[in-house]
Amino acid sequence: MYKILKKEYLANRIWLMDIEAPRVAKHCMPGQFVIVKMDEVGERIPLTICDYDREAGIVTIVFQTVGASTERMATYEVGESFRDFVGPLGRPSDLTEEPVEELAKKKILFICGGVGTAPVYPQVKWLKEQGIEADVVIGARSQDLLILEKEMGEVAAHLYIATDDGSKGFKGNTTDMLNELVLNRGIAYDHVVAIGPMIMMKFVCLATKKLGIHTIVSMNPIMVDGTGMCGACRLQVGDEIKFACVDGPEFDGHLIDFDAAMKRQQMYKTLEGQALLAYREGLTHKGGACGGDK
Amino acid sequence: MAVDMFKRVPVREQEAQVRAHNFEEVCLGYNKVEAMDEATRCLNCRNARCITGCPVNIDIPGFISQVKEGKIADAYQVISKFSSLPAVCGRVCPQESQCEAKCIRGIKGEPVSIGKLERFVADWARENGVKPAGAESKNGKKVAVIGSGPAGLTCAGDLAKKGYEVTIFEALHDAGGVLSYGIPEFRLPKNTVVASEVENVKNLGVKIETNVVIGKATTIDELMEEEGFDAVFIGSGAGLPRFMGIPGENANGVFSANEYLTRNNLMKAFRDDYDTPIIGGKKVAVVGGGNVAMDAARTALRLGADVHIVYRRSEAELPARVEEVHHAKEEGIIFDLLTNPTEILVDDKGNVTGMTCIRMELGEPDASGRRRPVEIPGSEFTLELDTVIMALGTSPNPLISSTTKGLEVNRRQCLVADENGATTKEGVYAGGDAVTGAATVILAMGAGKTAAAAIDEYLSNR
Repeated sequence: MYKILKKEYLANRIWLMDIEAPRVAKHCMPGQFVIVKMDEVGERIPLTICDYDREAGIVTIVFQTVGASTERMATYEVGESFRDFVGPLGRPSDLTEEPVEELAKKKILFICGGVGTAPVYPQVKWLKEQGIEADVVIGARSQDLLILEKEMGEVAAHLYIATDDGSKGFKGNTTDMLNELVLNRGIAYDHVVAIGPMIMMKFVCLATKKLGIHTIVSMNPIMVDGTGMCGACRLQVGDEIKFACVDGPEFDGHLIDFDAAMKRQQMYKTLEGQALLAYREGLTHKGGACGGDK
Repeated sequence: MAVDMFKRVPVREQEAQVRAHNFEEVCLGYNKVEAMDEATRCLNCRNARCITGCPVNIDIPGFISQVKEGKIADAYQVISKFSSLPAVCGRVCPQESQCEAKCIRGIKGEPVSIGKLERFVADWARENGVKPAGAESKNGKKVAVIGSGPAGLTCAGDLAKKGYEVTIFEALHDAGGVLSYGIPEFRLPKNTVVASEVENVKNLGVKIETNVVIGKATTIDELMEEEGFDAVFIGSGAGLPRFMGIPGENANGVFSANEYLTRNNLMKAFRDDYDTPIIGGKKVAVVGGGNVAMDAARTALRLGADVHIVYRRSEAELPARVEEVHHAKEEGIIFDLLTNPTEILVDDKGNVTGMTCIRMELGEPDASGRRRPVEIPGSEFTLELDTVIMALGTSPNPLISSTTKGLEVNRRQCLVADENGATTKEGVYAGGDAVTGAATVILAMGAGKTAAAAIDEYLSNR
């Protein structure tokens, strides 16, 4: 069992939890993820690692409630435990495997959207610990939907906030902010890491392709086991099929077929919607006329 | 009732039309009277050829002679000396090509139903609380076993019986490996059969730590250098699914058999009280002809689909057990033999709408000795479908080999190991699908057993 040591509401249905998981904490690196299974009947849910404390054996996870399973997960309180917590899964971020002197030559920009801010934080923090500076853009529709702004501010060289409604920082989306930084302010980035909703990563990649900036994205497709066994998370990357769980989750963003990936993301939408209604309102919506009998 | 010495006592099964709609076990097994009747057919040969047909060399006449006398607990202790998983083996071993193929009774009539007798003895023991004989005193040496599938459980059980302190590391959340995620409930019940066999191994003193992915959460080098394990056995299986590489294979509605079966078996998606979803499909094609293909097809059928098996060779070459093919046909699975998919058809939302296939004919024998299927030009046709399940075999996961110093693999990513299971790294042994590529439960158990003996010898002489 994996005990919940801390629980905090961040914003916009996004929660942060500290979990006691010494084996994961000892080895996890920025860019990797975990899978949580709440209880006997729960799904295996892939989640972002937001932070870790190797000595204390603690892993910090961040998740947004998007369906029945994550809503149920958000009802767990400090002192309770998850049945299963497995990781670290996936490959560490490429940046962590490059020699520090190589990293020092690069001008790096991280672009985060929504809950995607969480997996960016440990990367920027790790770079700072190696003495490498990186800039960060956090994007949101509006000011009150921003998360981890303070924490990111402490580790980023420059933190730029972009909101669609202009309630804080730059008015515009993350792609607009990127163009502003590169084209108007003349900052010459040579490495971009974009993590957020699929649609955001798609447009950032279109922009960086035009700008000629190498771009890494972190994919979060449907998964079951997370160890390479099921192939549910397969993606078209260039002319190859890759499994996000073992070959990723980070890939060269200019090689990803985002439209295909977004279609795959929709696969269980109807079933998930039915499950969410069933969870919130009881079993009245399951089975029968709607054909929702799993 | 007098027993016909040339014929087996028939085993009761669920009716095909009934079982096609539920996940209860197909075969109901013998009761005590039936088992004792069948046992009288055993000739108790002095040079029992059946034993040589068994990868773990169970004293088959030994246990059957106890059954003959109605001493089922004694029969169980005989089997337990050789096998940690008799309730599993009695169900999923290909006895027809192993022990039963060698049975003298089989020359003039039907061989003794060794598998069904083994199953009866193991089930009786479980239902009557009979446990395998416990471990001797501890010898203070530690062995780590990677993977809790048939190879790992067998190796761990054997070493524990010899007094080793054994810890199994399992990547998934439940123990059992392919017994949990792969083989369906209707062939191998999880909560009763698999759980209790795992419990028996634990009762021998084996610790099982779930949710530990070796190569990620820790490495073999760390287990040996920091956690004090004197030897390691790798039984991590062949987990990576293969795809065909045809157009449309990433569409919504195309699954690997691994995914489809894992959702249903390990995650229990067929039950309403579990959260994991599965798309049952209405018109399903399963591509492949092995046991896994049969399992996936029969699972889809039970979830309410019309199911086709699409296989490029003919019935004679189907790698699945005859019993599985027979059951699948009885239940209404349609076999499209000598047929090969060329493209999966997809609508604008990315969902499967069908599959184009081409008819095949058998040509000259290939490297495997089977006649090679060749396309018949102009014979393309389309199957209308909403789901395609690829059951084309699996290969080993490189996670362990790529994170362990000095561990060599061959070009198929299989670990290199000698006939005793010794790998290229000292103190590290391996067996099962991780070494051979996808094979059977019992061969993996045989490899686990051989490696346990080799590890014992290695650590005793050190």
